[in-house]
Amino acid sequence: MQQFVNTLINGASLGSIYSLMALAMILVWRSTRVVNFAQAGQAVLSTYVGLEIHRITHSYPLTLIIAIIFGALFGALVDLLLVRPLMHRVGDGPIAAVAPVIVTLGLLSAIQGFVGLIWGGEYRSFPAALSQNGFKVGLTRIPFSPFDLFILFTTLLVMLAFAYIFQRSGLGLAMRAAAFEPEVARLAGVRVARVRTIGWAFAGGAGALAGALITPTTLLAPNSLDLLLVFGFTAAVLGGLESLVGGVVGGFLLGIGLALVVTYLGSSFTFITAFVVLIAVLLLRPRGLIGQRSVRNA
Amino acid sequence: MLSIVGLTTDHGHVRALENVSFEVPAGSLTAVIGANGAGKTTLLRTLTGLTKPTSGSAHWHSHDLLSLSTEEGVRHGVAHVPEGRSVVSELTVAENLQLGALWRGKDPDVQIAREEVLSLFPRLRERLSQRADTLSGGERQMLAIARALIARPDLLLLDEPSLGLAPLVVEQIFQTLDRLRKQTGLTVVLVEQNAISALEIADNAVLLSLGKIVISGSASLIAQDTELRHAYLGY
Repeated sequence: MQQFVNTLINGASLGSIYSLMALAMILVWRSTRVVNFAQAGQAVLSTYVGLEIHRITHSYPLTLIIAIIFGALFGALVDLLLVRPLMHRVGDGPIAAVAPVIVTLGLLSAIQGFVGLIWGGEYRSFPAALSQNGFKVGLTRIPFSPFDLFILFTTLLVMLAFAYIFQRSGLGLAMRAAAFEPEVARLAGVRVARVRTIGWAFAGGAGALAGALITPTTLLAPNSLDLLLVFGFTAAVLGGLESLVGGVVGGFLLGIGLALVVTYLGSSFTFITAFVVLIAVLLLRPRGLIGQRSVRNA
Repeated sequence: MLSIVGLTTDHGHVRALENVSFEVPAGSLTAVIGANGAGKTTLLRTLTGLTKPTSGSAHWHSHDLLSLSTEEGVRHGVAHVPEGRSVVSELTVAENLQLGALWRGKDPDVQIAREEVLSLFPRLRERLSQRADTLSGGERQMLAIARALIARPDLLLLDEPSLGLAPLVVEQIFQTLDRLRKQTGLTVVLVEQNAISALEIADNAVLLSLGKIVISGSASLIAQDTELRHAYLGY
């Protein structure tokens, strides 16, 4: 029983980081209808930048803040220099649907290659904000540390902040309109291109945060966040790819599910389980666990 | 005044508009009529920057419309309601209205404009919290027009507002338009295939065929021209 409870706690902790990556992917999807496969690369680059900042300043808060700002700026640049010109060129032609997939996959490889060139391929450690030793409950030490609590709190805070922006602010309304009906949004005076860039910046910041939070547990290498991309994407699909709350719920469900698989079946089943979940959701509930159907098509 | 001179627009190798010139006096309602493929929709899309022209000019008062982006055009008082009940289905009625006035920021007049459009279309007031995709076709068309009006435009470009709607709903929308422009001095360019209804409320009309102007002038005179009606309007 103790092992089961520990597994649930551990899974929730990991799941909160998957949730952050899912949020990043949902933010780009909701503002531009692009699945950003480069998100892992962007997060890796931001985390390496954070690593350098920490080497110079030894300040964790500064490291985290600069990594997030860098991630946001880099996300905006990806849209400005790559995605926006690309979408302008392909328009609504036959390759419009696959062009962003190709370009973000290409960008992922390019970033990982660049990071490898600059920092090398070996694993590096990244500091944690707080102790990673589990809390003590009575005589037992549970696998839930102050750092895990920090991750959980940060994830929920980020989710609430984004949910507020999307549902309650003018910027969020513009982002939703620009995502669903860009032409209608433009005719309503929304500067759609600018709004989309802001969406990419938000996502870049959220991805950078996910990278900085998971790396103390997994170590840092050019490809170290690939799995986070897969799990973040799976969590986003579990939540329906549209809903921020859905993405967070999806992240927690996936984190707990994978922790149970690792404990009771072995770690070699982790990757395949994520894919089985992904395919099962797409087949059985393509709108996600909390996705909605539109009501009327009159 | 809206002044269009020598406007030509191509879709690839197809000429959709050819050397179109006409004027729309401020405060008037001009109907642009013609069969499918006449270039009516292209005309409006060109005026609001959604389609790039090949040559020509279009001025609304002193503003060169063809040099403005779609978003800038809105800020210069030009509202365009494209065909197909252009609302954001995933947003509520209230959010669609808010969207139309978003660029006006915290202007206190926005709330007044909102009340005015809800008075024009009272059905929308009852549906404020509903998603736009739960509305009927007529209600969506009302919402699309209301979303444009909340920005307080001087020039309203309406593309086929009657398309696919019941005659009673069409009559209601046209009556509202007629009342609105008489009360506010709004200038309206109404693109319609439903020529009978459009000519009834229009001051002037422009008849397009295959991208060219066949005739332009008084709407009542064009409506009385039996030969034109038979040849181009099918009634």
